[in-house]
Amino acid sequence: MLERLKQILIKEFIQILRDPRVRSVVFAMPVIQMVLFGYAVTTDVKHVATAVYDLDQSVASREIVARFVRSGYFDIVSNVAREEEVQPLLDRGQAQALLRLNKGLEENLKGGRPAAIQLIVDGTDSNTAAIVLNYGGKIVAAYSQDILIDRWARLRGLNQKPGRVELESRAWFNENLESRNFYVPGVIALLVMLITLMLTSMAVVREKEIGTMEQIMVTPITPKEFILGKTIPFALISFIDVILITLVGVFWFEVPIRGSLLLLLLATGLYVMTTLAVGLFISTVSRTQQQAMMSAFFFNFPAVLLSGFVFPIANMPEAIQWLTYLNPLRYFLIIIRGVFLKGVGFMILWPHLAALTVMGLLTLWLASQRFQKTMT
Amino acid sequence: MRLMRIWAMARKEFIHVFRDSRSLGMGIAIPMIMLILFGYALTLDVDKVPLVIWDQNRSQASREFVSHFLGSRYFSLQGTVDNYRELERAIDSRRALLALVIPPDFAGRISSGRKAQVQLIADGSDSNTATIAIGYAEGIAAAFSQDIFLREFRRQGGGSFSRPVDLRPRVWFNADLESRNYIIPGLIAVIMMVIAALLTSLTVAREWEQGTMEQLISTPVKAPELIIGKLIPYFSIGMFDVLLAVLMGEFLFQVPLRGNAALIFGQAAIFLVGTLSLGMLISIVTRNQLLASQLALVLTFLPAFLLSGFAYPIRSMPMALQYITYLIPAKYFVTLLKGIYLKGVGPKVLFVEGIFLAVFGLVMFALANKKFKKKLI
Repeated sequence: MLERLKQILIKEFIQILRDPRVRSVVFAMPVIQMVLFGYAVTTDVKHVATAVYDLDQSVASREIVARFVRSGYFDIVSNVAREEEVQPLLDRGQAQALLRLNKGLEENLKGGRPAAIQLIVDGTDSNTAAIVLNYGGKIVAAYSQDILIDRWARLRGLNQKPGRVELESRAWFNENLESRNFYVPGVIALLVMLITLMLTSMAVVREKEIGTMEQIMVTPITPKEFILGKTIPFALISFIDVILITLVGVFWFEVPIRGSLLLLLLATGLYVMTTLAVGLFISTVSRTQQQAMMSAFFFNFPAVLLSGFVFPIANMPEAIQWLTYLNPLRYFLIIIRGVFLKGVGFMILWPHLAALTVMGLLTLWLASQRFQKTMT
Repeated sequence: MRLMRIWAMARKEFIHVFRDSRSLGMGIAIPMIMLILFGYALTLDVDKVPLVIWDQNRSQASREFVSHFLGSRYFSLQGTVDNYRELERAIDSRRALLALVIPPDFAGRISSGRKAQVQLIADGSDSNTATIAIGYAEGIAAAFSQDIFLREFRRQGGGSFSRPVDLRPRVWFNADLESRNYIIPGLIAVIMMVIAALLTSLTVAREWEQGTMEQLISTPVKAPELIIGKLIPYFSIGMFDVLLAVLMGEFLFQVPLRGNAALIFGQAAIFLVGTLSLGMLISIVTRNQLLASQLALVLTFLPAFLLSGFAYPIRSMPMALQYITYLIPAKYFVTLLKGIYLKGVGPKVLFVEGIFLAVFGLVMFALANKKFKKKLI
């Protein structure tokens, strides 16, 4: 049994690594992707391209613009002089926000009448827009508060300030709220799944399609050995990939690992087992490589989008939230983010590890069941 | 170049496609199912952020402060905690993303005219949700402070005036800040990008692997004829997909279509020629289905997903990477679709993207032609 397994393993390794192009796709590509996408995955909103339409041209209006600039979030890209210039700026996306200060702003302020500042925001990216509005609201509220305090001081003297609430916010696990720290571990999980699933899903079908399956069937190899022979090389390759891209994440992007490496390795093993099993299962139900690829893709795409990688699961409709429990990536994301950012351990992560284990074993069993049927 | 030979090639490919009903079904069903599923599932709206409260003051003032959080649709109370360990536990186990800690001297400090420091602890691992939620909380705290101020002001006979300056936010193009309105146009682009490349990436490689390429070589069909002939059926499927997607956006998701629908189809046609040719090019170069499918996936799915401006704003990326995004055709299509759908802009604004897309299509098609050799080696 072991001898036969060794032989089939040798065959598989030769088959996979023979082609230098495949070698580069399997080893170099994930690293390149990791570097590229590691830079891409950020939702931090800084340097909002802002246009200013200052109709008041007063000390007060300039003060407000200065406060926007000082906040560090707004970059003034242009000063608008006429109404007609506003629309094209936002249409073309040259400005994401427009600060409009109407005539009479300073007069109103001096006379104690309410004054309004208009902030027009491009809502096409609603996420960025919400953050920009937050920033704007904060700056104007602070300005407003300063004016109030000023008036109060003039009326009552400085020693009689009213009380106020100050919110002191602290972000745990990611003090500077760097979105890259959140997404880079996710990219690792994503790349691993794409690689393993695609490789294994084609593995068995290819033998069927080019006819070499018949040759294997006349050898004394048992289905179990065949499946092991198909999985082990990919498991090894995937592990090497995991290590490579994790190194990129840690040393290149400097994402902190706060938890236990051992736990991460264990979870990765379970995760790779699950995705390999899904790949094998797809392989056994497909007749052509095209079908296998389409099916793998049919699994991959939803798995990525419905995993909580970008789009929070908590916001999804109830029914779809249930569906995400079938998604191995969901569990692995929680684990890998937990280990990287929160440094939480087995005590908190065990339900997700258990889910991965059950899912992996079940799929593996299903795939080998189906496979035995197709062999005979 | 003979029309008859192109047509013969296309007919052969049509037969191929229709015979493999599963692949055809997938070519049409996958995009639709995905659009429905994701259209409903994906939103970036931050609301009902789970919150726990540790009120160490338990006074009327603190309860009033808390009620402002409970009244907001952005937060949903998961319960109260009484000590630090419980709070830590709630955040570690992801039961809550936010914890509000009100100090014991909250009411006392406010009434004596001092600053009461309320602590807000956020699970920063999801920085996006955390940033937005902290913003909302700060807004509530600022409004609360100002209310105290104004109340006190009135009480002491300072007259009643409202806040000196108000921010009047106006959101253009997507007034309710519905993330669905921008996710769906982007989703159409990403799905089409991937489907198109997947559809064609195996066609030539398969002929090589199965040996039928030799038969094709022995016919008088020329390279461009073969490529155009092979593109036609997939182009039809792709356009059909786009039609369905636009209809679904209109009737199922009610994404406002402010621009010209004809422009969408025109741009989609150009985009499809480019991406289908890219798939074809991959197929021609690799001659190997395993490699072709890997490459197709690597070159389309993740770039279209991550570098097109669909999920991550391009403006936030480092400059070098922003230049790289110019190589991603999905970027142009995402921009075009968002522009046409939400902004209702026309060719005058979008012509740069249109030109880039056309250039991409031409280059891909020309490359596929150049690389395809009717030779056995």
